[in-house]
Amino acid sequence: MIRFNNVSKQYNTKDGGLTAVNDVNIEINDGEIFGIVGYSGAGKSTLVRMLDGLEAPSTGEIDINGTDVAKLHGGQLRKQRQKIGMIFQHFNLLWSRTVIDNIALPLEIAKVPKAKRKQRAEELIKLVGLEGREHSYPSELSGGQKQRVGIARALANEPTILISDEATSALDPDTTNEVLDLLLKINKEMNLTILLITHEMHAIAKVCERVAVMDSGRVVETGSVFEVFRHPKQDITKKFVSEEFTPQQSDNTMTLEELVKKYPDGQIIRLVFHGPQAELPIVSDVVKHFPELTISIISGAIHQTQEGALGSLDLQLVGDQSQIDQALEYLKTLRVGTEVIHHG
Amino acid sequence: MANTTGLKSYFQFKNVDWGSMMSATWETVWMTLLSMVAIVILGIILGLILYETRSKSGVGYRILNWIVGLFVNIFRSIPFIILIILLLPITMKLAGTIIGPRAALPSLIISAAPFYARMVESYFREVDSGVLEAAESMGATTWEIITKVLLPESKPALIAGATVTTISLIGYTAMAGAIGAGGLGNLAYQDGFQASNNTVTLVATVIICLFVFIVQFVGDVFVKITDKRTL
Repeated sequence: MIRFNNVSKQYNTKDGGLTAVNDVNIEINDGEIFGIVGYSGAGKSTLVRMLDGLEAPSTGEIDINGTDVAKLHGGQLRKQRQKIGMIFQHFNLLWSRTVIDNIALPLEIAKVPKAKRKQRAEELIKLVGLEGREHSYPSELSGGQKQRVGIARALANEPTILISDEATSALDPDTTNEVLDLLLKINKEMNLTILLITHEMHAIAKVCERVAVMDSGRVVETGSVFEVFRHPKQDITKKFVSEEFTPQQSDNTMTLEELVKKYPDGQIIRLVFHGPQAELPIVSDVVKHFPELTISIISGAIHQTQEGALGSLDLQLVGDQSQIDQALEYLKTLRVGTEVIHHG
Repeated sequence: MANTTGLKSYFQFKNVDWGSMMSATWETVWMTLLSMVAIVILGIILGLILYETRSKSGVGYRILNWIVGLFVNIFRSIPFIILIILLLPITMKLAGTIIGPRAALPSLIISAAPFYARMVESYFREVDSGVLEAAESMGATTWEIITKVLLPESKPALIAGATVTTISLIGYTAMAGAIGAGGLGNLAYQDGFQASNNTVTLVATVIICLFVFIVQFVGDVFVKITDKRTL
């Protein structure tokens, strides 16, 4: 169990004090994958670096299984650090060491005998699927492979906690999914607590059970990923969730104004489904029941989260107002979350 | 024995005493290599102290950083020829003589080690801070970070810097030679210049150039072998 109790961190800068982390309270259960999402500068990295004693909190305590990490020093702190693995956005591998020697570095630091180091490093290479690349240097590997080395290295000393600090942010979408799948696998196989720091809601949806949303040093929302996706409360959370539901944002997603301009008639509604509903033929049902309505699909997305599928669909309904109202009522009976974005 | 003048005076090879040329070459080579060993060790130690005490906040660190920084800056700014003269009494005490290759070593080391130390400090600062943080998060001690991360990750730069330092050191040995330290500089000055034997000067020059080329070549090869960043 990891507990952040009223943790704050202030920095003194030339322009006065800066509060990077502001009164954070989080509890993370053993064996859980916990996500912390927020934009850069929200204080996520500072918060997790405190777990490792790389930063000291200004106030509050950080409790890992009954030990207040902030009070540890010297040898005790170094011993504690060996129980926490960390993976990074830019991998932070030593270019001067081969794959196997990079993985063996934490073992050397933990004073593991040489023969055992080799054996353990080879096990880890198998675990992360890098057989045959043991003697390559990082510069000969792709981004995804480098992160696999990073993960193997983080797991070398059999930690109980793994911190992933934006570990997929420098990777392309396919590689991101591979790395996330690997994290899921090790979470299940080794019963490892994983803290996933990211600004990508996609990564959270895919692997996390619970999530905390951070903004300007504060945790503004916490809950199960499923709940947060279905009923985001804070504006920033809504923003993260809607970004995730419109993944093609950069190229062809339109803002609400643009949507309204392009589809001036009728009503634009957004349906949010979850679990088994995502697999029901809801749209064709509505079409059958209300044949006079013209329904156009504007955009949509479905995501697999740890608790099931979660989807959103933007529709334009054109036709008689009473028909539209009835259709909305009908959707409610199907227990589909319905939100009217715009009245024509 | 050498009375030819003009361009021809450079090519009177019968006037060259090859035996003394050979021994002068060896003197230069061993003066350079021996002082280089001391310079690399001392430079890395001083560079490490400068690097490690640079951003620490304790009073002790500040004082140490200031003292080492001052020492380095002073000896880096004294022109070599003046430094030799300045160090004569110390040389006498250390080497027991102020003449010959042995006597040149203290001034060579004291002048070049601070130069190399500043380079070493900057190489350490160029090591990826993320990698250092990764090692710290693994529970590494400062000593482990130095030996397992800092030194291996800056190895090609350390070698390239040592190569540059060696080459300027060869220049220093020739200067030291001119005031009695032996080696090719001494030979070029005494047998060449003072005996008006231009051929000796030319041959000594060619040998020194060859020595420089070899040092540069060997240095480049080692940089290439140790640098695994681009393959």
